[in-house]
Amino acid sequence: MSKSVLGLYSDPNQAADAMDALKGAGFPLGTFDVLTGTPYPEGAFGEHVPQHRLFRFPAFGAIIGFTLAIFLTAATQIAYPLVTGGKPILSLFAMLVILYEMSMLSAVISTVVGIVIESRLPNVNPGIYDNRITEGLIGVVITTDDDKSDTAIDALNSAGAMEIKQA
Amino acid sequence: MQQRRTIDQIHTNRVLLNGQLDTPKWWAPTVIVLGIIVAIGFFMIGIMVNKGLGVTGLSRPVYWGLFITTFVFWVGISHAGIMISAILRLSQAEWRRPVTRAAELLTVFSLLTALMFPLMHAGRPWRIIYFILPYDFARGIMPNIRSPLIWDPVAISTYLTGSTLFLYIALLPDLGNLRDRTTGWQNALYTILSLGWRGNPRQWKLQTVGGILLSALMLPIFVSVHSIVSWDFAVTPAVEGWHSTIFAPYFVIGAVHSGVSAVVTMMALMRWLWKWEDFIRPEHFDALARLLIVVATGWLAFTFLELIFAVYGLDAPELALRELQIFQWPWNILFITFVITGYIIPVGMWLQKSVRNNIALMFWSSLFVNIGMWLERFLIIVPGLARKTPFVYTWESYRPSGLEWFILFWSLAWVTFLMLLFSRFFPLVPLFEQKESQTFSDSIKIGRVKVPAIVREAD
Repeated sequence: MSKSVLGLYSDPNQAADAMDALKGAGFPLGTFDVLTGTPYPEGAFGEHVPQHRLFRFPAFGAIIGFTLAIFLTAATQIAYPLVTGGKPILSLFAMLVILYEMSMLSAVISTVVGIVIESRLPNVNPGIYDNRITEGLIGVVITTDDDKSDTAIDALNSAGAMEIKQA
Repeated sequence: MQQRRTIDQIHTNRVLLNGQLDTPKWWAPTVIVLGIIVAIGFFMIGIMVNKGLGVTGLSRPVYWGLFITTFVFWVGISHAGIMISAILRLSQAEWRRPVTRAAELLTVFSLLTALMFPLMHAGRPWRIIYFILPYDFARGIMPNIRSPLIWDPVAISTYLTGSTLFLYIALLPDLGNLRDRTTGWQNALYTILSLGWRGNPRQWKLQTVGGILLSALMLPIFVSVHSIVSWDFAVTPAVEGWHSTIFAPYFVIGAVHSGVSAVVTMMALMRWLWKWEDFIRPEHFDALARLLIVVATGWLAFTFLELIFAVYGLDAPELALRELQIFQWPWNILFITFVITGYIIPVGMWLQKSVRNNIALMFWSSLFVNIGMWLERFLIIVPGLARKTPFVYTWESYRPSGLEWFILFWSLAWVTFLMLLFSRFFPLVPLFEQKESQTFSDSIKIGRVKVPAIVREAD
């Protein structure tokens, strides 16, 4: 049976100390996290620096969009082959605008999908939390086995937690 | 940032969420009045759809009038969002923070409004659905992707979709904040919309990287949209004044001029109405005015170039058009008003530091710009069509009908109405950006003076 413990801190230094204390108590990186109401510099709490693959999403999206646009522009012109001003049926310059816009649209949509997926959202069961985190408190949260929860609470308290919550 | 003061996160929440948690007294009456104007406007549009375009002043040869002018005007205003949000985000300009959300929102609502004008102008809007969807299999007619009139809705739809998603992604942390401050149905709504946001380092990192990536993707779209709108005109060789190679950059820079001015108007209103003096400060208006001086002067150069290119070739029809536009009644008075309100008055004012730091004067000067910029679009579109040409068999000048004027007025009320509705449910200033700014603010001592400073994380 696992248990979640949340320690609340008013000072970023205390939160960083709590993260160190958890590491010192033998909890592996990745089992605990820090929650803030505003972005802090990366590594400010000595946390595990998250890796992501967001940059692949727009490239993939642009390729999909471009392919669909080629199909749409070519198919509509071939389906109704009206010669205009002696110009070729497949008029490349006119296709470029649609190719460009559809590629960009698809890249943007896939980037947004990428941001959501890589942020691990939607998070249906967000777990233990405190509303005061968006008022400036910093939460250090750990999910561990029931028998190790006391060790985690001790580590969080050792850094001066103003409150400990369990779930 | 000279005028910053330290504000804790509880106070930031209380002040910047006052529209959602404690609705101001003026909000409901204003929304009701605007709602009535909006309803009358929709009724007018209904009359026009029912009776046909005969209720407008449009007639051959002036087949594009107030509606298309207003369409170009709102597309121009929509360039505020990406100009402010994306460019300033990419360049990490600190003063962007209170401005970005309002600018993105202005983009979304002005684009929505812009899209409605070609639909109205079509007279029977349901018959132009084939512009977007290849539906008409019975006749085998597909959208003609070679037509700029197809490029336009494709570009604007791309920009609108991208801007809306951009706005939503940047709202996620603030939706989490609203979830934490509300109860009942509001809490349920914000819980769903915030997607379970918690604010861990992964989510913040993706928020930052994603914001920069989306900004970089939206910038080329932003440039393409008004370029493509300009090609509605520029690829029409038969109309003098439209067929110009510089139209794309000319339209883009004009759009930035009017869009950023609209952001100034909106920021002044936000500061006055919601009493956000601590967050929207004179220094922000000062920075925007400096930016606008550069943009306006670049735009003036393009206006001048367009005239030079037109008259340098001594082509008789071009000269006749310019004479009509600049010297003949009533176009001459519109032209003078356009130059004075679009450039001379506002830039003359912005050159003074006292004006740049005076919110009321900035508000009025930004309104002048948009009067001028609306007239600019009118002067590009209508005189080119109204000029008497040899082979036109009917010839009438253009006098917009009362209904057209009301629909123009309706569009202003409609955008304001949408903004106010949004402000009831979502914050107009990004709270997490404000809080981040506080986290990174510091002061350093140089000699005997203490200077406010911003700490920036290395990339």
